[in-house]
Amino acid sequence: MPLLEAVDVHGGYGGMNILNGVNMTIEADEIGVIVGPNGAGKSTMLKAVFGLLTITQGEIRLRGKPITNLSPHKLVEMGMGFVPQEKNIFATLSVEENLEMGAFLKPATVSRLKAQIYEFFPPLREKRRQPAGELSGGQRQMVAMGRALMNEPSVLLLDEPTAGLSPRYMNEIFDRVKTISAAGVGVLMVEQNAKQALRIAHKGFVLAAGQNRFSDTGEALLNDPQVAKSFLGG
Amino acid sequence: MNELIYFFNYVVVAGSVTGCIYAIGAVGVTLIYSILRFAHFAHADMMTLGTLAVLLLTLAFPHAGAPLGLPTAIVMLPVAMAFTSLVAVGIDRAFYQPLRSHGVKPIVMVIASLGVTLMLQGLIRLFAGTGSQNLYVDARKEIFRIDVPGVTRPIILTEPQIILFVITIVAVVGLHLFLTRARLGKAMRAMSDNPDLARASGINTKLIITLTWVIAGSLATIAGTLLSLDVAFKPDLSFFLLLPIFAAAIVGGVGHPYGAIAGGFLVGFAETLAVFNWSVLLRPLRDSLPTWLELPNNLALVGTEYKIVVPFFILVAVLIWRPTGIFKGKVI
Repeated sequence: MPLLEAVDVHGGYGGMNILNGVNMTIEADEIGVIVGPNGAGKSTMLKAVFGLLTITQGEIRLRGKPITNLSPHKLVEMGMGFVPQEKNIFATLSVEENLEMGAFLKPATVSRLKAQIYEFFPPLREKRRQPAGELSGGQRQMVAMGRALMNEPSVLLLDEPTAGLSPRYMNEIFDRVKTISAAGVGVLMVEQNAKQALRIAHKGFVLAAGQNRFSDTGEALLNDPQVAKSFLGG
Repeated sequence: MNELIYFFNYVVVAGSVTGCIYAIGAVGVTLIYSILRFAHFAHADMMTLGTLAVLLLTLAFPHAGAPLGLPTAIVMLPVAMAFTSLVAVGIDRAFYQPLRSHGVKPIVMVIASLGVTLMLQGLIRLFAGTGSQNLYVDARKEIFRIDVPGVTRPIILTEPQIILFVITIVAVVGLHLFLTRARLGKAMRAMSDNPDLARASGINTKLIITLTWVIAGSLATIAGTLLSLDVAFKPDLSFFLLLPIFAAAIVGGVGHPYGAIAGGFLVGFAETLAVFNWSVLLRPLRDSLPTWLELPNNLALVGTEYKIVVPFFILVAVLIWRPTGIFKGKVI
């Protein structure tokens, strides 16, 4: 049974459909990457999975259980983690408090998980008393991912985690995503840096106008001359 | 020296009393704003409601405080706080929550809170009448005179003033510890910072809203009761504090509890200093002044009857100089 499955998903905001039939499947230890031109509905699809917009047709399943149009709160309880592209940290709270809020539903595990996150993102340990808003872009992304990981999710949704980061931090974040997935967490992410993202992807989904144009392994998409020509800049 | 004691009694003590009450009121206003994003105009009448609860309990059990050596009103304060919190949560469920779930603009919420305040005023007058009543029913207010060596004039503190200072310190420290140490307190700050992310973290936002009303109701009861102990209970006493309290919250930086405390004291002291008769302090210099300069009997910046203008003057000045308030608050 696949971990996360989206079948023919239609939906959008206020009656205007942005998604016109998206299909996706990822397994428990896989990284799925959504790429595509601007306005293709990449982030919208991620938000649809996390219950942030109304799905008018189709179904999303988590381990075979339908989760279509469940509230984000319910989905967090079921083990889904979401890192938005913007405003993804509590800027006035300290790094440590950001992490604690991630484990709001599991107060008993806070100290153990906090130690794990500090292992995983060492820069955060030194800065744990600083307001998260004062950190650099890369470190903020670490706080954002750390907060989501504190709930021990089985699926992690990342919306453009490397947007605006320097190449050094970009590689570090991709590296961390690989480690997270190797630990058995399914990752579904939207990426602007399509080539690098597809290199670590087990599955790639190329969206255009709210529909799948190509779906294959990351490697196959990278080597597909048609995908390269139309979506990866040659 | 006598003049300094006079200054202490009429500025330091009086300003601290006003400051404490404005601070506790403004913290409530600012907490509601930070979680629910609207200016809650019914806050002052919530203060009166809490005080009314204290008054009714005090009249029902006039001698409850005697065994503890405290005014009965103080002993009844926790019960009244619980009652007012319940009413505050009830008001939210009945009036504000339906509007919230319709996703109305903040101004609609503000107008709804004006409606609530008028309703509360009517209800309070129904139960308490329109006159003033003393919250001290069983004993006289004790007045402490502290003699300073070498000075004829003593420092004067009354029992309610001392209680006021102690309870304010306890409330502020308690709130600080709650917001920085407790899991729910941190969640409250998180929701104020970024409500969408709070929801995405699994924080139960309904619980946080309920908690906000409980804290606001309790603080309102404390502020109203302490004020009425110092003077007397009047149905419109707190309503006249609404504008200075909002000035304090805005001056401090809306949505910032520590800013509200600072703003409360700033507004309180400014008011007191503005109506203080400075000619008393200048009196010792009278003999050395040139003969053509006669010291007037009253040298206050504004007359007492114009006291209410002072908070607005500070408000405008601060907003020009620093539009987000002393501490960086949310821009309305």
